[in-house]
Amino acid sequence: MKKSISDFLKMVLIFLAGKFKKFTMRFKKSKTMKDYMMVYYSDAKSARLTGKKVAWITSGGPVEPLIAMNVIPIYPENHGAMIGASKMGGGLCETAEAMGYSADLCSYARSDIASATVNGGPIGGLPKPDMLVCCNNICGTVLKWYEVQARYFNVPLFFLDTPFCHTEYTKEAAKYVRAQFDEYIVFLENACKKKFDFERLKEVGHLSHQGQLLWQAVLDTAMHKPSPMSAFDAFYHLALIVTLRGTKDVIDYYTWLVAYMKNRIARGIGAVPNEKYRLLWDNIPIWHRTRWLSEKFASHNACLVADTYTTAWCGALKYIDENKFLDSMAEAHARIYLNIGIDEMAKMVLEMIDKYDVDGFVLHSNRSCKPYSFGQLDIQSIVEKERGLPCLMIESDMTDERSFSESQISTRIDAFMEIIKERKDKK
Amino acid sequence: MKKLTELKKVVSDPYAYVRKYKKKSGKKVVGYFCSYAPEELIWAAGALPLRMFGTNGGIHLADTHLQSYCCSLVRGILEEALANRLDFLDGVVFPHTCDSFQRLSDIWRLNIADQFHIDVVLPVKLNTPSAKKYLYDVLEKFRKDLAAALGVNITDKMLAKSIKTYNKIRALISKLYELRSKNPEILSGADFHAVIKAAMIMDRDYFLEALSEIVGQLKKAKPAKVTNGAKRLVLSGSVCTHPDIYDIIENSGGVVVGDDLCTGYRYFEGIMNEKITPLKAISTRYLERVICPAKHLQLKERGKNLIRMVKERKADGVVFLLLKFCDPHAFDYPYIKEMLEAKKIPCMLLDMEAELPPAGQLQTRFETFVQIL
Repeated sequence: MKKSISDFLKMVLIFLAGKFKKFTMRFKKSKTMKDYMMVYYSDAKSARLTGKKVAWITSGGPVEPLIAMNVIPIYPENHGAMIGASKMGGGLCETAEAMGYSADLCSYARSDIASATVNGGPIGGLPKPDMLVCCNNICGTVLKWYEVQARYFNVPLFFLDTPFCHTEYTKEAAKYVRAQFDEYIVFLENACKKKFDFERLKEVGHLSHQGQLLWQAVLDTAMHKPSPMSAFDAFYHLALIVTLRGTKDVIDYYTWLVAYMKNRIARGIGAVPNEKYRLLWDNIPIWHRTRWLSEKFASHNACLVADTYTTAWCGALKYIDENKFLDSMAEAHARIYLNIGIDEMAKMVLEMIDKYDVDGFVLHSNRSCKPYSFGQLDIQSIVEKERGLPCLMIESDMTDERSFSESQISTRIDAFMEIIKERKDKK
Repeated sequence: MKKLTELKKVVSDPYAYVRKYKKKSGKKVVGYFCSYAPEELIWAAGALPLRMFGTNGGIHLADTHLQSYCCSLVRGILEEALANRLDFLDGVVFPHTCDSFQRLSDIWRLNIADQFHIDVVLPVKLNTPSAKKYLYDVLEKFRKDLAAALGVNITDKMLAKSIKTYNKIRALISKLYELRSKNPEILSGADFHAVIKAAMIMDRDYFLEALSEIVGQLKKAKPAKVTNGAKRLVLSGSVCTHPDIYDIIENSGGVVVGDDLCTGYRYFEGIMNEKITPLKAISTRYLERVICPAKHLQLKERGKNLIRMVKERKADGVVFLLLKFCDPHAFDYPYIKEMLEAKKIPCMLLDMEAELPPAGQLQTRFETFVQIL
């Protein structure tokens, strides 16, 4: 009884803190990412109080219909990143291992599965879901992970199955994925016990599209020399396009961010003072070492100007047609970066190499992400062959800080940068 | 048991058999990678479907394409191809299963030359009308792709004939499975495993003949008067890459009476309906058979299946054979274990790497487990 009262009071406090923050934000000229995230999590964590529904959804899943239904989307993967950044991944992963989950499984999944049972992590666990939405366009792991959570929370699971596009998006797959969007809407109507608002989806679709265009504009500023931002900045600013895609907040924030970066360009300010070398990053960040890596590369006057990871949230823009939002959403979700063949991925990497004019390619071989990491060695040899670019592969893990050997990686970065310097000085 | 000896010989060196067979019959050979490969279509098209099992040797060449945290099955299969030991293949068929096989298909397509390459991107969920429709559409597409690659027509008549053959084979293996479950003494676990493996390698018509003979003889075999009191075990996992396990279990006072393996029950379970159109029959079997954990049906489907099997087979315990780095199975293990414990069914976990621990050490582990049963 005492516990439920204190939980209730906690929720009220979180709710009030969120409202207060929202109020003060009105008078703030430049709202920070922290402001938005604080309001977002306060909303989500007090959902029981306000009667709003909460859906847990995978990072590649279609969030727009949730926004249109006024459901609060929660991203366990974003939570995983937060856990990693606060170096709490190792501890939570150990808890999952004690529950019987192999240490070789994805560390986002392990830390989330553990966190749900102990309310661990930097924000004391995620708000409980009313429903789960899982899309396997990023991996097969999310399906198994969401099955675990569907059993644990005993809530309905919607599974959007996007057939892998090895060499093509077949007409059979197109029909299948499109049909599932209709099933998704029926699922939401049942879960929310109200009719789906297609008019509202149009607005949300428009905002989502605009948000993705703005995110692309943010990343594009890195084409400038020196780059006003680094991939490490992109890792940080990414949270909004992932979590709140389809809302006005995203537009406001990225509009401000583009202007901010352009201002830096105008004043000649680079993310790395004395930027001499420009690098491209591949795979999910090593969340527990972003600062260390950023400083390490900066000490060599090298800036990671772009990455394949944050680009994924605007990479399918070419398939989106606002006038046929549901149809084009189907295609855009099936053809994202991780759901295509290695050769097409390599082609996109080559385009980025040219676009951002980089001198080297750094690949994070991520023990936690098989679809992202298997094939990297082939992509690396394609890059070496097609562009003659030096490549460095670092083996680690996105969230589990136990898989990081600092001295070894430090030595390898030094050696890699020597090659880049030599090569560039010769030119 | 002359036929059994023959089958075992084929299984001990499948490549030698296939090379010889290819030369003699002039048939094309098509490699496939999992129990969801529609091999009935390959056989109907007049080609020999050959399951890829990984490698017996070390893995070196595959290291330049796949990291060490990829399972030894996927790495081993790539090793075989890169080492040119599979040069007799005319083509490969990749059904969609897990993340690792998905990428193996890409790596294969980019690095292994001179053969056709077909991806059969099956649905991952099998429980909705649109997924069922898609499954059928994918099989229809596969029929066209395969026909084009092999330069033949694959008619319904050809398919119906192939389905008949496969039904007979699967029914006979099921029969064998039943006989063994009742009287484990009539056939060793390793020999049973060899029979199933041979089913994925040999000329299916010839295999059917051989199998009929073996089953016919075993039917007559009298059960031993005094059973040796071996504890009855069910195996659960993906591909059993180490048939020695069966012998070690038998030497430890146990016997395998059932399984949920890709190279076992999941391969031969389910008969196709010969009264409906052939593609419909094949797709319906996929919807109804016991699922692999890379597919989605119901949340507790696999746990329920395993418990049902333990009861049916009157088993004393379950052994999980988890191939290291096999994500789908590793995710399911905790919940299935919990379900078994709730039913007071003892289980043990054996993590399998590319190489097994020494036989003596393994035997001690099994003995310890068998003693608590």
